Amino acid sequence: MVKAEGVHKRFGRLEVLKGISLEVEAGEVVCIIGASGSGKSTFLRCINHLEKIDAGRLWVDGELVGYRQVGDKLYELRDAEVCRDRAEIGMVFQSFNLFGNMTALENVIEAPIRVKKVPKRNAVAQAKELLQRVGLGDKIDAYPAQLSGGQQQRVAIARALAMTPKLMLFDEPTSALDPELIGEVLDVMKGLAKDFQTTMVVVTHEMGFAREAASRVLMMDEGRIIEEGTPEHFFREPREERTKQFLSKILD
Amino acid sequence: MATETAEAPEAVRPDEIKAIPVRHPGRWVATGIVLFLAVALGNSLASNSRFEWGIVRHYFTSSRILHGLVLTIELTAAAMAIGIALGVLLAVMRLSPNPLVTGASWLYIWLFRGTPVLVQILLWYNIAALYPHFSLGIPFGPTFTQFSATSVITPFVAGMLALGLNEGAYMAEIVRAGIISVPEGQTLAAQSLGMTRLMTLRRIVLPQAMRVIVPPTGNETISMLKTTSLVSVIAVTELTYSAQLIYSVNYRTIQLLIVASLWYLIVTTLLTIGQFYVERYFGRGASRELPMTPMQRLRRNIGLRHGY
Repeated sequence: MVKAEGVHKRFGRLEVLKGISLEVEAGEVVCIIGASGSGKSTFLRCINHLEKIDAGRLWVDGELVGYRQVGDKLYELRDAEVCRDRAEIGMVFQSFNLFGNMTALENVIEAPIRVKKVPKRNAVAQAKELLQRVGLGDKIDAYPAQLSGGQQQRVAIARALAMTPKLMLFDEPTSALDPELIGEVLDVMKGLAKDFQTTMVVVTHEMGFAREAASRVLMMDEGRIIEEGTPEHFFREPREERTKQFLSKILD
Repeated sequence: MATETAEAPEAVRPDEIKAIPVRHPGRWVATGIVLFLAVALGNSLASNSRFEWGIVRHYFTSSRILHGLVLTIELTAAAMAIGIALGVLLAVMRLSPNPLVTGASWLYIWLFRGTPVLVQILLWYNIAALYPHFSLGIPFGPTFTQFSATSVITPFVAGMLALGLNEGAYMAEIVRAGIISVPEGQTLAAQSLGMTRLMTLRRIVLPQAMRVIVPPTGNETISMLKTTSLVSVIAVTELTYSAQLIYSVNYRTIQLLIVASLWYLIVTTLLTIGQFYVERYFGRGASRELPMTPMQRLRRNIGLRHGY
């Protein structure tokens, strides 16, 4: 579903990604861990072309991200084409980013109606079902400011799911939440992985979630993937010194 | 003594505090001074026969004054409409990735904000000196129709253009401040859902920017209401000029200026009330509860007094 080959990304002089290569199969749940500044979030944003990569190649579902290749020439995609591709990839942010001027329901139906041109009645029915699924069936008319962090994040997940994406990206979805609220968001995500076989790439430090839901864990450090394996591998016998150090800090 | 307090039963509630409040003699003095000044002013207004309130009352609803009032309101509305539309356009241009577009917007704001609006009014009024004719047609090609500038740019149109184009420069900065006040994450979220730049601006960013844009825009509108009096220099018979025309004949200068001032105050009051409701509308979602309308507050206060 996702394939990366030697992906590089620079911000000015700072090279944030120094050659990321990986493959994610359909239905797989991949967790990316690593210290802040290691490039995990940047890599996630590259996957839906919120950031342009400087070198390497990135494919989603067999299609090159952000470019079209004809012969050996690369053509940049037009805005409309980039938008069409993004519409098929759901993204959930650390800071939720719900649209503040809209109710929970309006947040969820906005993109299906405007981008996918779904008739309003169908969009509303689908949105109600999704909000029900994330446990917020009674909050459809609440504005984001009236919801707790955990509830906002669950609406954000419903909003992303409303586009029936073939891939879901989660950028530290629980890092901004109170400890008591983390569970409710992780439960929704586990449900997605188990019951719907959604392909997910999750940047997270929740090793409990990784153990229950992830098929693979990647450890990133200074713009590279330094270790890869099953969640069990990371719990039992991490290989790299850097990984051990990092895990000892987050597993307390 | 320590053992006594420890043995005292916990359930006994201590007496309510009945303390003698601190006296504030300064407040009484200040109240006295304010009341005295108010009475003195009221007395002067009522007893000074030179105010000639009868004449104020007579002209307050005279047809020439009312006609001027309508023109003032029309001019304010038209100039603000031009200003807001232009302001949004210029603000979006300012934030464009294209440096030429950004530069054009910057230049416009620099030019129209950097020259006095009175000068701009006079320039538009005299535009016929520069361009005696306007023609409709294909640039550098054939023309279809032609108008003389003086027939198109009437004094009212000159005033409206000058005030509106000038206002656009100020509104641009207000709208830009509103747009950059919306967190970046909103745009990111919209983009990640596949929304285009224009869709994001129209549906997500601008509605949230309104919360920041509305209060200074209300300010600008009230300011514009009074700035329209400047077009009296090009003989548009708006409220101030109407009053001037009347007192230049009957010499009741003060009375007519009072008439005009009262009308400006009334319209300003109405605009202030309107602004409250517009702010309230765009404030939804921004906080947990909307501010109460004056009616709601009144109802609640009465309710409290009856002990509900």
